[in-house]
Amino acid sequence: MSGCGAPEQTATAVSEDTDQVIVAGRVRSGEQPVGNAFVRLLDSSGEFTAEVVSSAEGDFRFYAGEGTWTVRALHRDGSGQSDVAASGPGVHPVDVAVA
Amino acid sequence: MSRDEVLVSTDWAEQNLNTDGVVFAEVDEDTTAYDNGHIPGAVKLDWRNELQDHVRRDFVDRTGFSELLSAKGIGNDDTVILYGGNNNWFAAYAYWYFKLYGHSDVRLLDGGRKKWELDGRELTKEEPSRSATKYVAQEPDRSIRAFRDEVVDAIDNQNLVDVRSPDEFSGKLVAPAHLPQESAQRGGHIPSAINVPWSKAANEDGTFKSDDELRKIYGEAGLDDSKDTIAYCRIGERSSHTWFVLRELLGHSNVKNYDGSWTEYGSLVGVPIENPSEQQEA
Repeated sequence: MSGCGAPEQTATAVSEDTDQVIVAGRVRSGEQPVGNAFVRLLDSSGEFTAEVVSSAEGDFRFYAGEGTWTVRALHRDGSGQSDVAASGPGVHPVDVAVA
Repeated sequence: MSRDEVLVSTDWAEQNLNTDGVVFAEVDEDTTAYDNGHIPGAVKLDWRNELQDHVRRDFVDRTGFSELLSAKGIGNDDTVILYGGNNNWFAAYAYWYFKLYGHSDVRLLDGGRKKWELDGRELTKEEPSRSATKYVAQEPDRSIRAFRDEVVDAIDNQNLVDVRSPDEFSGKLVAPAHLPQESAQRGGHIPSAINVPWSKAANEDGTFKSDDELRKIYGEAGLDDSKDTIAYCRIGERSSHTWFVLRELLGHSNVKNYDGSWTEYGSLVGVPIENPSEQQEA
């Protein structure tokens, strides 16, 4: 039984050959990656879908479905969000700037 | 049950880190969070390795729970403050678990680890040293735990609250979107369940919304508070969060957590399932 803890957060694809719809990217402040940010995936109606904590390199990864998603990051130093359209299996990259 | 008896603020927590009779415990599935820094003095509870039976799909028995808390240095009379990551999902699960085994004074840190971090409060890697106790757990309180047959009987009769995300409820996803999509044999939800995602009850910083806001959310979703209620999710920890809201914050009298949740129900043979996303594709 797998629990609900998130696997290790990486933005780069382990394998591009996947049947999963993946939304992945990096949280940044300027050019610097932001680790330990609370990153949530919101659906097209703004409803919360999932949340992870970004890795030390700022990476995050969600196993979403097809659709339009908003990725929102919250950190002690600021917040920010970006939209991404996931059209099918594969990795759909999106970065989030916090300020 | 008033909010003050079941929740503490991060301010209160910081002021009571060294108070006798108060024990902080971090509960996570992934204990590397604790190992990389935790609230000073907090002990670690590992959701997977310490709270679950390793053979049967069940949690540890009364003797096992007594031994676990004794070894952690937690006494029957201690006030236990639980907190964790994932917006307190696993801490809420542990809260439900402590109540099941009859611990008298257990509370959640409002906002959990997330609020503590966002506040910029101290975290330490130092392991606390607590003397072992002789903890005695009570017989499990079955009035707060639902099993599968009760859940089937509750269809169209009781409130069934599915607290997963809308895409899990509709059958589009079979696990939360931060996990690879592997789960039960079938997607969808239990017929007659209403969908009130756990996240509706929490602010962005992980703290619980006000009682008035919470009453409005569940009232508008169609929860009939004259009926008994069963909450479920995928493995029973997000539904512990909602169980906490309905029973401990709003004071509903008969609320059970179905910890078998969708991983059990969605794999049962012959039970009714609603799957709106499948119907759309057909």
